[in-house]
Amino acid sequence: MKLTVWTYEGPPHVGAMRVATAMRGLHYVLHAPQGDTYADLLFTMIERRDRRPPVTYTTFQARDLGADTAGLFRSACRDAFDRFRPEAMIVGASCTAELIQDDPGGLAETMGLPVPVIPLELPSYSRKENFGADETFLQIVRALAKPMDRTPQFSVNLLGPTALGFRHRDDVEELRRLIESLGIAVNVVAPFGATPTDIARMGAAHANVLMYPETGESAARWLEKTLSQPWTKTVPIGVAATRAFIGEVLALAGRDALVDESRLRLPWWSASVDSTYLTGKRVFVFGDATHAMALARVARDEIGFEVVGLGCYNREFARPMRVLAKEFGLEALITDDYLDVEAAIAAAAPELILGTQMERHTAKRLGIPCAVISAPVHVQDFPARYSPVMGFEGANVLFDTLVHPLVMGLEEHLLTMFRDDFEFHDAAGPSHHGGHAPRAVAEDSTGASKPTAEAPAEPVVSTVGVVWLPAAENELKKIPFFVRGKARRNTEAYAAQKGVTAISVETLYEAKAHYAR
Amino acid sequence: MTDLAPLPAGSGCRDVPVLKQRGQREVFCGLTGIIWLHRKMQDAFFLVVGSRTCAHLLQAAAGVMIFAEPRFGTAILEEKDLAGLADANVELDREVARLLSRRPDIRQLFLVGSCPSEVIKLDLARAAERLSAAHAPHVRVLNYSGSGIETTFTQGEDACLAAMVPVLPATDARQLLVVGALPDVVEDQMLGLLADLGVGTVRVLPARRSSALPAVGPNTVVVLAQPFLGDTLAALERRGARHLPAPFPFGEEGTTQWLAAVAREFGVPSQTFDAVTAAPRARARKAVAAATETLRGRSVFFFPDSQLEIPLARFLTRECGMTAVEVGTPYLHTAIVGPDLGLLAPGPVISEGQDVDLQLDRARAARPDLTVCGLGLANPLEAEGLTTKWAIELVFTPVHFYEQAGDLAGLFARPLRRKAVLKAGVPA
Ligand code: SF4
Ligand code: SF4
Repeated sequence: MKLTVWTYEGPPHVGAMRVATAMRGLHYVLHAPQGDTYADLLFTMIERRDRRPPVTYTTFQARDLGADTAGLFRSACRDAFDRFRPEAMIVGASCTAELIQDDPGGLAETMGLPVPVIPLELPSYSRKENFGADETFLQIVRALAKPMDRTPQFSVNLLGPTALGFRHRDDVEELRRLIESLGIAVNVVAPFGATPTDIARMGAAHANVLMYPETGESAARWLEKTLSQPWTKTVPIGVAATRAFIGEVLALAGRDALVDESRLRLPWWSASVDSTYLTGKRVFVFGDATHAMALARVARDEIGFEVVGLGCYNREFARPMRVLAKEFGLEALITDDYLDVEAAIAAAAPELILGTQMERHTAKRLGIPCAVISAPVHVQDFPARYSPVMGFEGANVLFDTLVHPLVMGLEEHLLTMFRDDFEFHDAAGPSHHGGHAPRAVAEDSTGASKPTAEAPAEPVVSTVGVVWLPAAENELKKIPFFVRGKARRNTEAYAAQKGVTAISVETLYEAKAHYAR
Repeated sequence: MTDLAPLPAGSGCRDVPVLKQRGQREVFCGLTGIIWLHRKMQDAFFLVVGSRTCAHLLQAAAGVMIFAEPRFGTAILEEKDLAGLADANVELDREVARLLSRRPDIRQLFLVGSCPSEVIKLDLARAAERLSAAHAPHVRVLNYSGSGIETTFTQGEDACLAAMVPVLPATDARQLLVVGALPDVVEDQMLGLLADLGVGTVRVLPARRSSALPAVGPNTVVVLAQPFLGDTLAALERRGARHLPAPFPFGEEGTTQWLAAVAREFGVPSQTFDAVTAAPRARARKAVAAATETLRGRSVFFFPDSQLEIPLARFLTRECGMTAVEVGTPYLHTAIVGPDLGLLAPGPVISEGQDVDLQLDRARAARPDLTVCGLGLANPLEAEGLTTKWAIELVFTPVHFYEQAGDLAGLFARPLRRKAVLKAGVPA
C-alpha cells in the first residue's frame, strides 16, 4: 500500500485506451465499474478529441456481483460489436474486474464474433499506463501482423505514437516528411491512425522506426524476431539525434541521400550572440525516460546549459537512464513519487526545470521557470499550431521551448543593475510573460502566499546547518531571483567546505569568486 | 401561512412513467465528491483505499487544480495487499499513522472505500473503529464507500454525510438543520436569509470544522440544500429528525419556495417573509432575465449526472422559458425531488439510469438546442453540431439561492451565446 496524491501514470487499461483511441476500426470492451468511464474525458477534454474513445465499459454494479457479471460482459461485447462493427476488438479488465476474475478474453472467445478478438492481460496492481499501451500494441500486432512480400521501394513503419502522447500528432508528420525526403516510403504508422487492416500489412515494410520506446518497443522486438524487420535505436529528438537517426535509417536502407537541413535553425539560434547568456544555466530534467534523456543531451550539447538533475518516472527504463546520468556526472532519479522529484529539484536549485505537468506545478511552488517536455501533460500542452519535438523542426521548437521561460539576455543585466527599481524589480519576472511569470514567493501549506523578500531580523538557519547572518541574507535578496537559488546553494556549499558556520557578506562574495566561471 | 408563495395546481411530472434502461452508464463514481468535500471541511482528510485507477480518477476530476497539499490521497493497493488481508490492515494503520503525524491539522479522517476495497471485502468500518481508538481524541476516523459499484458521482457526498450522522451529538432543541455542502459564500447568504426571517437556531451539515458539528434529535427539522442526499436523510430520520420537503433553491422561484417551506414550518409572518425576500427576489428575477433572452424557446436535454437534473429542468423550463426534451437522472428519489417534479410541466421524458448509446441516439434524433452532459460526451456531441453544457460545472460552481440565480442561468446561456459569437466555422 502506498499513499499517492498525483500520479505520473494511470492504470494499465488507460494505456490500452491510448492505443485503441489512436486507432480506427478497433473497439475495446472493458470490464469495469461506471466510475472508470472518467478515462473518456482524458481524451475528449485534455486532447480535445472530437469523438468518444472506442471503448464500451460494462459498468457492473454491486448488485451484479453475486449475480452474473460474466453475462453482462457478454452482452456488452455483443452490443458493442453490433453497434460499432469494428474490424477487430480488444477485451480486458480494469482493476476491479481483475479481482472478480471473469476472464473477459475467454468469455469473448466463446462468443464466435466474426472479427478477431484480442484478449489483454494487464496486471492492474503491479503495472502502469505505459506498460498497458506497450503490451496492448504488442498483442494487436501479434494477432494481426503477418509475414508478406516487402514493398518494392524501401519502406518503414513508424511505431509507438498513441493518443494522449506528448506531441505525437506532430512528431508523426515531421518524421513522415523527413523519411520521405530521404526517398524512403512510410508503410504504416501505428497505432496512431492505423486500422486493424493497416496492422495486418505492417509486414510489407523493410524496417521499423521506433518513435517511442515506452509504447512501442515490445512490438518492435516482436516484429524483428517474427518478421525480420530491424528497428531504429535512435530517437530523433534534437539536432545530433536527428542526424544520427537519418544515418541509421539510410544504413538500414543501404542507400545515401542528400539531407536537407535548410529549415534547421537551432544551431544558429544557439550560436548567435544573444544566446550567450544561456551558457551554463542550471537545468533539471525529469519526465518519461525517452524525452528526459533526449532533452538532457539537447540542453547540454545544443543549448549550452548545465544539467544538474536528471531522471524518469518509468522504472522500465531505469537502466539506460542510469547510464546516461552517469555520463553527465549525476545520479539518476528514478521515482514515480512527485514529492521525491520536488525535493530533488529544491535541493538542486536549478534555474530551469524541464519536466511534466507535475513539475510545472512544482516549479510554480518553487518559483522556478519551467518548460513541459514529456507526458503527462495537460490541455495547454496540446497546441493548435504545428509543434513537433522530433526532427529538424522539432529541434527548432525545442530551442523556443527551452528558452522562452527564461529572462532574456539583456533583461537579465538590467535586472541585475537596477535590482531595487520599483517596477523593474526581479520578482516581476520575465517581461514577455505577463501574468504567467514565475514568482519569487513561496506558498505555505495553508495556501497563503508570503513574499520571501522580507528582511529577516534573525539569522536564518539553512538546510545544511550553516547560519546566514542578516546582512548576508539581505545581500542575497539583492541577487536576481533566477540566480538566487544557485548563489545560496553555492555559498552554503562553500561555507561547509571551509568550515564556516555563519555566513557573512564576506563569505557570500568569497564563494562568488570561488565559483566564478 | 398558506399565502406564502403559493404553488401552482396540477401534479406536473409527478406521475409520468419513468424510462428505465440498463446499459453502459457514463458517470463518475462517488469518489469524485472528495474534490469539493475536502475544500468544504477544512480539517478533514479523505483517504481513499483503492487502486491506481481511483487515484487517476481524482487527478482527472481535479484537473489542474493542484493544491499545495490537498487534503486527500489514495492508498494504492498493491499485489502484496491482495494476497493477505491482515497485511492490508497493517499497511493501512502504518499509512494513517504516518499521515496524521505529518498533518497535525487533521481532526477528521475519512477512510473512503472503493470498488477494489469493497470487492476484496476490506473491512473499513472496523479499521475506522480501530484507528479512531488509536488516534482519539485528537482525530476521529470515519468510513464510507465512494465506490463506483455502489455510488454515482454526488452519491459520494451522500455516503460521506450519512457516515457522519451517527456521531452527531443529540439534542432536543427545536432547530433547522440544512444538509448539503454549499460553497461558503452561498452558505453565508442562506444563513443570512434564514436569520432575517427569524427562523431561530439553524445548523448546517457538513460543518466547516469538526468542532462545529451540528446536533440532531426529535425536534430537528431537516431541509436539504442538495437533492442527492437520500441516505443522509434516512440516517437523520432514524435519529428522530423530520424531513421538510421543498423545491430546491435554484433560481428565484426555487429559492422562494424553499424559503417558504421553512417559513411555514417556523411560523414566519407573511409580512416578514415579503420584507426579507422582496429585494433579493427582484434582483434574482432581473439577473435571470438577462440570460433568458438567450434561453427562451430553446430545448434542453439532460444526460444523467448529479441528480440535480430535475430541479434544474424545473428552473430552466419555468424561469428561463426553455422546453425540456429529456431529463435524465442517475437516480430518481421522488420523496426528495417530488416538489420539483410536481412543478415540471408534463412533456419531457423522465429517465432514470442509463444506456448511454441508446440515450445518445435519442439526443441525436431530438437535436436539442442545448445538451447537458458529462465531460466525456461534450466535445464529441459538439463535433456532431450539438451545443453542450458540462454538467460537472453545475456542481463545482456556486449556483444556489437568489444571488446566484443569474449565474446559474448564465451557465446555460454561455454555450449558446458562444456558438452565436464564433464565426470561423469548424472544418469538417
Ligand atoms: S469506479 Fe471504482 S475503481 Fe473506478 S475509480 Fe471509482 S472507486 Fe475506483
Ligand atoms: S500557471 Fe499556467 S499552467 Fe500552471 S496552473 Fe496556472 S494556468 Fe495552468
